[in-house]
Amino acid sequence: MEALLALMIGVLTACGVYLALRARAFPVVLGLTYLSYAVNLFLFAMGRLSIGRPPVIDAAAAGYTDPVPQALVLTAIVISFAMTAFVIMLALKARAELGNDHVDGRES
Amino acid sequence: MSLGLVVLIPYLGAVLAAWVARFGRLHSAWVAALVAGLALAWLLPHAPTTFAGATVVQRLAWLPAVGLDLAFRLDGLALLFALLILGIGLLIILYARYYLSERDSMGRFYAYLLLFMGAMLGIVLSENLIQLFLFWELTSLASFLLISYWQGREEARNGARMALAVTGAGGLAMLGGFLLLGEIAGSYELSVILASGDAIRAHPLYVPMLVLVLLGALTKSAQFPFHFWLPHAMAAPTPVSAYLHSATMVKAGVFLLARLFPALSGTPEWAWLLILAGGFTLLLGAFFALFKHDLKGLLAYSTISHLGLITLLFGMGTGLAAVAGVFHIINHAIFKAGLFMAAGIIDHECGTRDMRRINGLWKYMPHTATLAMVAAASMAGVPLFNGFLSKEMFFAESVHLSAGLTHGWLLLVAVVLAGVFAVAYSLRFIHDVFFNGEPVDLPRTPHEPPRWMKVPVEVLVALCLLVGILPAVTVEPVLAMAAASVLQGPVPPHDLALWHGFNPALLMSILALAGGLLLYAARKPLFVLADRWQGRLDARALYQRLLQGLFALAGGVTRALDIGSLQRLIALFVASAVLLGAAGFLGGEAPLTGGRALLPVDGVSLLATLGLLAASLGAVALHRRRLAALILTGAVGLVVSLVFIKFSAPDLALTQLSVEVVTVVLLLLALYFLPQRTPAESGLARRGRDALLALAAGGGAAALAWAVLTRPYESIAPYFLAQSVPEGGGRNVVNVILVDFRGFDTLGEITVLALAGLGIYAMLERLQLPGPDRDAEGRPWDWDTHPAIMASLTRLLLPLALLTSVFILLRGHNLPGGGFIAGLVTAVALIMQYLANGAAWTHARLPPNLHPVIGWGLAVATGTGLASWAYDHPFLTSTFGHFDWPLVGEFELASAMVFDLGVYLVVVGSTLLILIYLGLMHGASHVLRPDEEAR
Repeated sequence: MEALLALMIGVLTACGVYLALRARAFPVVLGLTYLSYAVNLFLFAMGRLSIGRPPVIDAAAAGYTDPVPQALVLTAIVISFAMTAFVIMLALKARAELGNDHVDGRES
Repeated sequence: MSLGLVVLIPYLGAVLAAWVARFGRLHSAWVAALVAGLALAWLLPHAPTTFAGATVVQRLAWLPAVGLDLAFRLDGLALLFALLILGIGLLIILYARYYLSERDSMGRFYAYLLLFMGAMLGIVLSENLIQLFLFWELTSLASFLLISYWQGREEARNGARMALAVTGAGGLAMLGGFLLLGEIAGSYELSVILASGDAIRAHPLYVPMLVLVLLGALTKSAQFPFHFWLPHAMAAPTPVSAYLHSATMVKAGVFLLARLFPALSGTPEWAWLLILAGGFTLLLGAFFALFKHDLKGLLAYSTISHLGLITLLFGMGTGLAAVAGVFHIINHAIFKAGLFMAAGIIDHECGTRDMRRINGLWKYMPHTATLAMVAAASMAGVPLFNGFLSKEMFFAESVHLSAGLTHGWLLLVAVVLAGVFAVAYSLRFIHDVFFNGEPVDLPRTPHEPPRWMKVPVEVLVALCLLVGILPAVTVEPVLAMAAASVLQGPVPPHDLALWHGFNPALLMSILALAGGLLLYAARKPLFVLADRWQGRLDARALYQRLLQGLFALAGGVTRALDIGSLQRLIALFVASAVLLGAAGFLGGEAPLTGGRALLPVDGVSLLATLGLLAASLGAVALHRRRLAALILTGAVGLVVSLVFIKFSAPDLALTQLSVEVVTVVLLLLALYFLPQRTPAESGLARRGRDALLALAAGGGAAALAWAVLTRPYESIAPYFLAQSVPEGGGRNVVNVILVDFRGFDTLGEITVLALAGLGIYAMLERLQLPGPDRDAEGRPWDWDTHPAIMASLTRLLLPLALLTSVFILLRGHNLPGGGFIAGLVTAVALIMQYLANGAAWTHARLPPNLHPVIGWGLAVATGTGLASWAYDHPFLTSTFGHFDWPLVGEFELASAMVFDLGVYLVVVGSTLLILIYLGLMHGASHVLRPDEEAR
């Protein structure tokens, strides 16, 4: 199972990097989204994997997974959204000001 | 905390002084004077205690965990400096009121001056070294503002920048020194440090620490080779120079030497560093002062020279030398402030400061001339004036020191030579300006300044005479008090008197006076020589070259890496990250796979993984068709939330799911305004390179994740799991961490979110974007923008969705949920209304202004934190209790749930703000149906 998660993180990172290297704003924003997925999963992985042990205190529970990375990732997800929104607005603003959506602001 | 108030009053006063300027030009001066007077009144009640020899220390816990308190200390040295800062400050305030012209902004000037005054008071009254450093940096910043007060002048800006660069760099070194000192002494409190001098001097890190601390002191006090910033700071208005270079800024450096004297002095390193720096500075400053034709330039170099003298005295390390050093600090502050003010009056009345043109002013302004002559005589060290007394003590100490050195006569020659030059330049200040023929081509006809402009000079000159003639009555108590706290012990016997009998010191004084007279008489050929050598011996040139080199290096690196291409920068960044990571891994011995037991793979997980791989790789393959790529990205996000569910993170799954919805809606809205297709631009080689980079980065991330996942680890989790219910009153540990244990972090996060929302709002304001009237395939958009079935359904769903979000919010403390998720659910529910019914319809039914929602959210969250102060608990301490409500039964309420409500409001407000304003642009850009247009 660990291999599957490592594979997911790797593929998401690769897709994110490839898209972030494109010349147009929209794919770059998508690339950042992929990188956010990868980073969030990676941070989550710091707590290692366990199945059926949510960190909700319960007398019947056999054990709990690590809640700290989860708390970290929860806010990270929300902040990634804010960041994505900010970047896409920058892209729109650049489109309005420069007339194209090339990341360097020039048609080439 | 009355001492803290002494420091705080000028800061509050600065704001007030800037504000009242709008009601009248001179109001600021009155306010500034009142503020300085108030600070003085606050300080004086402590004076009797301090004169009695006691040290007052007052403290307020600041960061107790790292041993950092806001601690203020008032002892003799601190009181002496505080009196100088406030007393001379008051005179400067009065003087500047007449000095500044109609065009200068009074409010700005006095605000800066008070800021500076507060920072200086902070330095001298600090008990804690780190706190002292903070105020030290504040003086650098405030002096930058003061020196560049005439912002329009290039030399003012350059002078200010140079002063900031030199003193700022010194301050950085000093911080390093302070940190070492604090670690050596085991405390950052002066009381401890001053008492553990022997341990500090014996420590192996003593020398590096000393060098770093002295770098700070010597740059601030303009000692060789860092002296060059001071003459350039003369571009400041003269009241600023009079303040900064007599009693305050440059005295901060020697204050530090005096302050740390018991802890650091008495070693050969201390002695040599300070004697060499001080001696060179003493001689060089005196030498250059004679050849400056600018009146303020002469005073600037003389200041450098006198600071060298003080540094040299502290370097000698004996008790008597320290007494002489403190005495000269007092005397120099008094006569130099008076001289600068006199120079300012002359500049003000003549319109120039060039001594080749200002001559024979005696008949135009005899009153000012008399005052200036007394102060200059004090500077030269003429008997009956205060400068003479401390200078003679200095000569006596030099004789004493040289007796113990192999080439001691060298020191004596240097000291006498400096005395000769001091007499000569003081004589020049008197003779060249007030006599020596007629003025040459002055822009204005000089006359006496306004009556009150002379009062501050008169006060200072009176002090020169009083101290000079009756030292034992006037200055001795202050000196004894200050010296006792410098030495932290008994003051050695010293005799402040005009006449000590015939001794070497008197001989040196006579030599200096006679030599100075002779030197001045022979000045003409020397000036010619000096003019020829002008600019060759200039430390500033070195500084400029260093600065230019630094700029060139930075520019070169920037140009090499940044050619204005984001792609190139990202590629460089990813490549170096991969290389560094690979080097780190290959250089180590650790195996890739650790020893943790792995979980077995099941079919569903395998299928989900394959789904994620297919969707993400598909998105990359189809990325030029943007809509398709976006939809596939949404699918990837869904699989990610499935991963969270599988591995025991229900909160994360809920968050990811709801964020995914808003992200996709957001990107869809944005995509409307962008090209639907990405043109094929990169060639095969570029795509190949990018793919390689992406594979390397992905491989690295996967390897790293694998290495981590297969290793066992220690976690701080057990603490949170154990304390969640008893301390936080909630069973959902993730939520309790967010709103309780780490509530402060969450407060920061929602602030970021609020700022992002507001930033986007600001960007979208007045943004005009043309919307396309056809989609990528060339088909016109459907006219029916709000289908009736969807509209009706979403209206029905709204109450249910809102109910769900309230449910999620309320249960969040004990079961998966909470403010973040509930906020996102509410946002999604409301956005559905916009999508299905249109902005106009929804706006009519919902408050259109979302800023108050965000503001209230932040206010509620912060207020919950502040409320704990009312119960004497630290910020954001939470509490909870169990309540019984008839019919509902027993339930639990925690103050952290109120905090969560704040989180909820911020998330709702920010998310809606972002999406709605983007959506409103759609409405503005959408093409109307032909029959709508007709109406």
